[in-house]
Order: sequence, then structure tokens, then C-alpha cells
Amino acid sequence: MLDDFFVRALIAGIGIAVMAGPLGCFVIWRRMAYFGDTMAHSALLGVALSLLLELNLMLSVFIVAAVVSVLLLFLQRRGALSTDALLGILSHSALSFGLVIVAFMTWVRIDLVGFLFGDILAVSESDIDIIWGGGILVIFAIVYLWRPLLASTVNPELAEAEGLKPERTRLFFMLLMALVIAIAMKIVGILLITSLLIIPAATARRFSTSPEVMAVLASVIGALAVTGGLFGSLHWDTPSGPSIVVDAVGLFVLSLLPIGRRPVEAAHHSTPGGHH
Amino acid sequence: MLNFRSPDTLPLVNISNAGVRRNGRWLVRGVEFSISPGEIVTLIGPNGSGKSTTAKAAIGVLKPDEGYVERKPGLKVGYVPQKLAVDWTLPLTVERLMTLTGPLKGREIEEALSATGVLHLAKAEVQHLSGGEFQRALLARAIARKPDLLVLDEPVQGVDFSGEIALYELIKQIRNRTGCGILLISHDLHIVMAETDTVVCLNGHVCCRGTPQAVSQSPEYQKLFGRRAANTLAVYSHHHDHTHLPDGRVLHADGSITEHCFPGDGHHHDDEENVHDHGEDCGCGHHTRLHGYDMKEKRDA
Repeated sequence: MLDDFFVRALIAGIGIAVMAGPLGCFVIWRRMAYFGDTMAHSALLGVALSLLLELNLMLSVFIVAAVVSVLLLFLQRRGALSTDALLGILSHSALSFGLVIVAFMTWVRIDLVGFLFGDILAVSESDIDIIWGGGILVIFAIVYLWRPLLASTVNPELAEAEGLKPERTRLFFMLLMALVIAIAMKIVGILLITSLLIIPAATARRFSTSPEVMAVLASVIGALAVTGGLFGSLHWDTPSGPSIVVDAVGLFVLSLLPIGRRPVEAAHHSTPGGHH
Repeated sequence: MLNFRSPDTLPLVNISNAGVRRNGRWLVRGVEFSISPGEIVTLIGPNGSGKSTTAKAAIGVLKPDEGYVERKPGLKVGYVPQKLAVDWTLPLTVERLMTLTGPLKGREIEEALSATGVLHLAKAEVQHLSGGEFQRALLARAIARKPDLLVLDEPVQGVDFSGEIALYELIKQIRNRTGCGILLISHDLHIVMAETDTVVCLNGHVCCRGTPQAVSQSPEYQKLFGRRAANTLAVYSHHHDHTHLPDGRVLHADGSITEHCFPGDGHHHDDEENVHDHGEDCGCGHHTRLHGYDMKEKRDA
């Protein structure tokens, strides 16, 4: 059955959606969407370097994404520019450096569109092994780090004061992000990885009563989006990444419709007590 | 009243001549105090005087850039930060907030929530709470951990006067029942909790320290606050030997003006004669360091 490229893509895509769910929740809780984008864009530099130095593709993407995130932490500490501006600089410079290096390597022919927007034809059996192996690793890591991650998301100083290690947790979180980006790149494409992190999580928010429920729901919604998107991609011959994102957005819009919404508790205070 | 301060009890936290520096500026310097089990220490001072910084240094969130902070090994801290913003995208009920930093039994959660009077809000999302309700939920979370040291950064902010009295009552009960040490940051410069053992007044350094004067003893205050409040609140009279000028310089009691007011500044304290011209209540950090003048010992003696 795994001979069929479509089945391979489906298995791979669902694996990615499952690990992207909880991680994506943290991305939106911590307001790190743009940060995720920057790491993802740096993946193209990773692709270029892997071709240039003949390194393993995923490993090279993972290393570049991790280096970029550490670089950002370092630049943030210096505090010369706002995080916003730093992210813009890092994101686009990594993307452009990648494209320029690729252009210089006239001896390699690469499917740039495939890297940028995903290519379901590119999924091999060994990719599936890596995706599910990496996925299980990511899920275990998140379960293990859940309490410190959540506590430092709410308030890093509170977490630090009560004996959890927010700095170390943050570093692990970034490595997990880099890992997911390296793994997900083939299916969703560099430009759209963050949407697979964010959109299912945002969709899950409305139906969630606890952080844990939201994380699981985001995985489920992501898997639905991947499945629908891949079928659409096959049917209309569209690139897999954008198809998945279009489907995810469709689910998100559905979640906004006031169907089955609990009545708004009018009696509740409209002021959120200064914590917004 | 239980007395937890026996001479051989190790302090939970001992801060010695500590200073925290950010971007080349001292946020606070020359801080000295300790918190023993069962002791309530209240930090007061104007905005930006380094109260929160001092509290963070005490619990290890900030590392002091000079001096040292010693904590009892294995110290368990319960912390209520001054500002806590929960993003609306995070679905977090009061009940779930309780186990944020560590597991708790259902009974412990209930006890803590009913102690602060927000048990009925257990299932509510924290983003829907009013300022006062949220503050009570945070306090419940901090006490449910059964900490050795409770650090409360302006715990009564957003709480009305009557609620403030009730929270101070509760803090007193927690201290009496569990014998934990409490570091309290007050938003008010003159009114502190009556049970406070030591008040430390900060303005970039320790300006003065002492014990509050019970309101209940003064009929005027009793009239002003009402009887219930009079038993809970106390007035702290400052005894400063210097004034902070608007431009940041410091005018000392002897008329000299210095750029700063911290230990080792090389100002009038070089002149031994001028040093002890202020009340017993003053415990400027510089005196403590330069002359080994220990306020607490002297007061207890």
C-alpha cells in the first residue's frame, strides 16, 4: 500500500499535523507566529547549504533553523532593535541567501516550487519513517515539558520562582520547532509551515475548555485539513501545501460560524481585569 | 499569637548588600533584610523604587549583580506577580490555573479557593474574572502549594477597600496557620498590614526600616478606617535622614548632596561623627554595611 505515493503523502501529512497541533498551540499562546515564520523561511537556506555541502537535507534544515532561533535570542538580548524588526531582517535575509546560493549552483537542478509550497510526490518511505519517528519524539518531548512550557507561557517569572526552568524550556521549545520545520518542509512547503502550526490551533480554541483539550483538538483538526487538502491537491492537481492550508482555513471559518455556540455569558464582567 | 522566630531558626531568605543593575543603571542597591519562618516583611516605596526587583532577587528570578542572596536549600516559594496577563487564546480555568506549576489534590484546590472566596469561580475562565477575582485566584494558587515563603507583589491591587481588609486578614491567617514567611509588596506608602513585623522602605536603596504603628491605638485612625480596618491596617511613619531630589540626587540630613544614595558612595559617611544622627528606625543599607549596624538585633534587644 505504501507504494502508492498518495497514501505515503497522507500518512506523512497526518504525522506532521499530529505533532504540529500542540506545538502550534504554544506558538499562538506565546504570540510567536512571526517567529515561526522566520525559522521556516530560514529552511531554504538550509536546503541550499545541504546541496552545497552535500549534507542530509532534514539535518541541514534543522541546524539552520536552530541556529537562526539562537541568533535571534542573542540579538534580542542586545536590545538594539525591536524583535519585530529583527525577525523581519532574519526571515528575509535567510530566505534570500538561500535563493541566491541556489541560483549560484548552476550544476544542480532543484524544484524550487516544491520546496516553497510542498510536493506530495516527493514523500518516500524513508521520509515516513523519519516523520513518524520524529513525530513520536516531538510528542513525547511536549508531554514531558508540558508543565514548565505552560507555566512559562503564562508567566516566565512565576515559573522561575516556583522552581521550573523557563529559559531551558524555551530553548527546548525552539529545538522542537526547528525539528518540526525540518520534517514538515517537504509536505507543506517552507512558506506555509507556520500556517499548519497556527490555523488548526486557532480553530481548536473555540471548542476547548483547557490547554490540553486544545492541543489534542488542534492535532485532530490539522489531520482533517491535511487529509482534505491532499485529496483536493490530487483531484485538481494543485500544489499540496496551499491545498492543505486552504482546507485548514475552511475549517477555521466554519469554527467562526455561530453554530452551536454557547450563549455569551452576558452577566460576566466585560473587563478582563487588566490581563489581556 | 504564635511566635515562630526563635533565635536558632534559619532565615528563609537572607539578602545581604544586594544590588541589581540593568543597562548600566542600578535598579536597586544596598538591600539588606532577611525573612524568617512566620515573619511578615513588607516592602514599600514609590513607583520605580525597586520593590518588585528586590522581591525577584529574593526568590532568584533575578540574580544580584553585587552582594548576595541566600535561600534556604529546597525553599518552596509561592509567588503572586504584580502583572500577569493570560492571552485570550489560552483556555485556562481557575481550577486549571491552580496546578500550573505543580500537581495538587482536588481537596487542596478546593480549600485554597474557598479560603480566598472564589470557589464558585473554579470553572470560570481566568480572562473573564474581574481584577479582584483574578487576584484572589492567584493568591489561592500560591497558597495551595503550601509554600515556605509566600511572595505577594501588590496582592490587593484592583481589590476594593473591604476586600483589601479581608485579604490582609486571610494573609494573617495563612501565616498563623502554616508558619510560612511572607514578603509583601504594598502599593501604599504609609498604610501597611498590621501584622507586618518589618517594613522596608525602598527608593533605589533601603531608605528606612522599622515596625508599623498599630492604627487601633490611635482613635483618629480608628475613626478614619472603621473598627474592622483598624485591626488589620497599620500606619508606618518614615524616618529618613535624607531626601530624594527630583533630579535623582540625594539631600542628606547634614545638608550635603550626593549623586546617589548607596553604600560605598564615598559621601558624608566617611565622617564618623555624622552617622548616627537619626532615629532607631532608620536602617539605611550603607550604615549596615559600613558600621555593622544591625537594626533588627538592636530593636529586639
